[in-house]
Amino acid sequence: MTGTGTLLRFMLRRDRMRILWWTLGIAALYAGAAGEYLSLDDPAARSARAVLVSSPAMISMSGPGYGLDDYTPGAAVANELILWVVLAAAVMSILQVVRHTRAEEENGSAELVRAGTVGRHAASVAALLLVVVMNAAVALASGAVLAAQGLDAGQAFAMTSAIALGALVFGAVALVAAQAHEHGRGAVGLSLAVLGAAFLLRALGDVQERHGSALSWLSPIAWVQQTRVFVDLRWWPLGLCAAAGVLLLAVAARLAARRDVGAGLLAVRPGRRDARATLTGPLPLAWLQQRASLGWTTLGLGAMWLASGTIIRQVPTMLDAIQGNPLYDALLGTGEDMVRTFLGIFGLYIAVGAAAFGVAATLRARSEEEAGRTEVALAAPVSRYRWLAAPLTLALVGAVVVQLTGALALWAGAASTGYDALDVGEYLRLGAAYLPALGVLVGFTAALHAWLPRGTGLAWALLGYVFVVGMFADLFGLPGWARRISPFWWVGNPALGDVEAARLGGLAGVAAVLFLLAFAGFRRRDVPRV
Amino acid sequence: MTAPAIEIHDLRKSFGSVQALTGLDLTVQPGEVRGFLGPNGAGKSTTIRVLLGLLRADSGTARLFGGDAWRDAVPLHRRLAYVPGDVSLWPSLSGGECIDYLVRLSGRKDHARLAARKAELLERFELDPRKKARTYSKGNRQKVALVAAFLTEPDLYVLDEPTSGLDPLMEAVFTQYVREVKDAGRSVLLSSHILSEVEKVCDTVTIIRNGAAVESGTLDELRHLTRTSVSAVLDGDPAVLGALPGVHDLVVTPSDGGTRVTFDVDDARLGAVLPAVGTLGVQRLTATPPSLEELFLRHYGDALDPSEPHAAGAR
Repeated sequence: MTGTGTLLRFMLRRDRMRILWWTLGIAALYAGAAGEYLSLDDPAARSARAVLVSSPAMISMSGPGYGLDDYTPGAAVANELILWVVLAAAVMSILQVVRHTRAEEENGSAELVRAGTVGRHAASVAALLLVVVMNAAVALASGAVLAAQGLDAGQAFAMTSAIALGALVFGAVALVAAQAHEHGRGAVGLSLAVLGAAFLLRALGDVQERHGSALSWLSPIAWVQQTRVFVDLRWWPLGLCAAAGVLLLAVAARLAARRDVGAGLLAVRPGRRDARATLTGPLPLAWLQQRASLGWTTLGLGAMWLASGTIIRQVPTMLDAIQGNPLYDALLGTGEDMVRTFLGIFGLYIAVGAAAFGVAATLRARSEEEAGRTEVALAAPVSRYRWLAAPLTLALVGAVVVQLTGALALWAGAASTGYDALDVGEYLRLGAAYLPALGVLVGFTAALHAWLPRGTGLAWALLGYVFVVGMFADLFGLPGWARRISPFWWVGNPALGDVEAARLGGLAGVAAVLFLLAFAGFRRRDVPRV
Repeated sequence: MTAPAIEIHDLRKSFGSVQALTGLDLTVQPGEVRGFLGPNGAGKSTTIRVLLGLLRADSGTARLFGGDAWRDAVPLHRRLAYVPGDVSLWPSLSGGECIDYLVRLSGRKDHARLAARKAELLERFELDPRKKARTYSKGNRQKVALVAAFLTEPDLYVLDEPTSGLDPLMEAVFTQYVREVKDAGRSVLLSSHILSEVEKVCDTVTIIRNGAAVESGTLDELRHLTRTSVSAVLDGDPAVLGALPGVHDLVVTPSDGGTRVTFDVDDARLGAVLPAVGTLGVQRLTATPPSLEELFLRHYGDALDPSEPHAAGAR
């Protein structure tokens, strides 16, 4: 592990802006949400909020529901925010770990470093220490924000430290993925899939049973929530985080010791001597390049939505205990309406997953250009239009496939448990309503690639913003104009039949304009522009 | 008369505040093999990317076979093949797949001839086509691009430092294929900083520096602008040589039974200097024609050694 300190200092220096932005960003998440919770100062408001968050739809996007009897601002913060902050910090940890391990190996700079007086595990250990530092910074800053809002400082710091520990588990997952997968992008994908599974297990487990079922306990996110911070703090669930972290690190070390620098764990099989007859142009090539990621995304997300569908049947019955409570009826409606609210949330999740595939598939055009392959192809008699159309076709068709199979999987999950109050058409309509908005996101990404190739990260920022508006617009009290920036806002709430054809048409028009811009811009700009 | 394969006139291109090309002229006639020499950062790759319609020139003209390199890029590319200096391939495809893909993009259809020639090229370049592109070394990736280029047999080859990753044996194979191409009357633009390679295969040379051509002509013409290295053992006192115009870098060392001198002489003055040498009792004499190496060093000498003013004068 010689050289770990030097590497760590170098990473801290390289990433100082990233550290700052992640810390400020997560602290701002707390600051933005705090107002809503601090307004819970009278008993009526508290019990109203407690009822609201005991609906299955809300449980799937909050926590196991500790402290609902006396839903203080602290209990509300713990119940509703931990999930999202763990997600954000986990994404941060995953990206940072892969950035400093597998991505470095992939672009060859690790070879230079490893040739120096640097131990085999130094880069991994330094990357891990880096995310420890980052998570600690996030924990301190966000704990301070909560304490400054008037919440109990001890509980606040206990909560943010627990979140940091939970996020570090995913950092360790990323370290294992970085050993197993030969490409940085693949390692990130694998880690995010684990994070998605943790999100889903927690949601399904908590919806099944108040305060979590056995299923919940499979998820590191639940371990953080089960500390019951701000209600009845217990530390032992965090032992699970520590144990899982140590176990994952041991696995990563074993894997690292068994492989060469730059290699994955799986041996590379020899390929074909000649290309298959169908490989005739950019579109078949894009298909070859992306079919695996499309297949796995469809399958992985489909499995998630299928599992989610199986709980729909329980939605109308699970709150029998408080059926008839007038406050509850006023807030949530009854029976089928509750199912529809739940479906609305899942419609949004499905669409965000499909949009993420669309954005990633479009950005393949960018990585092809950065790697110098676009040049090689454009030096052949291939027009700019034909070249750009290939990844865009894959992105659009892929997003539609992921979206509609997601909707079908949700239906299949519900149908498999015998729930048939809504027919398959309802689910498909729910999925299809988002298609024009998905087109806008893909078109926006393509236009960025054409006009502002260095700013393609903005596509992910927009997707993140779309998600924030969909989930937290009310919580943050976002003004109307800020909501209208999100293409998904214009979709309305398709599960409740609240969709205007004119708006969908408008979205389709915006998407078309963005695609025209993308093609016009890519035709006239320099390649490569990096 | 047919249009030149490449015709560049007063080409300018800047990236932000960096001026990559500052009024470049370059012509390649049909059947000509032109060397394109210059140090790193001189603008060789930028020129080639403009020719390929990848970059849009700020001003000036870049024409291929009489067509506009930017506007008519797609039809023009049917007549050329490009090998970049650092070849990027699709990592999940095998080398053989990459070759087939590039050939198919070029639009060649005569499958029987292609298959036979592909087998020959693979064998000559000793390339295993079944390995995935991501496992290839730089040299092997370059071989893939070279095989694809020689397979398509276009009218014009645009080669950007094509041998920078090849070993000497493979370089020899490459040289041989370029000669074949030349014999078939096709044109080549060969960018390089490996002078011996350019000397071996090129008829004409353009030297580029800071985005503009500083020398252009046949190898023989360029040699006229340069100096011949003379080494001799003389009986007499060589001091008079130092005073003659056109003699440079005179070094005198005592030698068995005489005096060894080495000096460079401007080729234009050679006729005046040799008689003077003759009067000094020549025991032995060798005269070496200038290599491109020296040509090159004269043009870039001031970059290597700022105290030497002669290179600036040569422009």
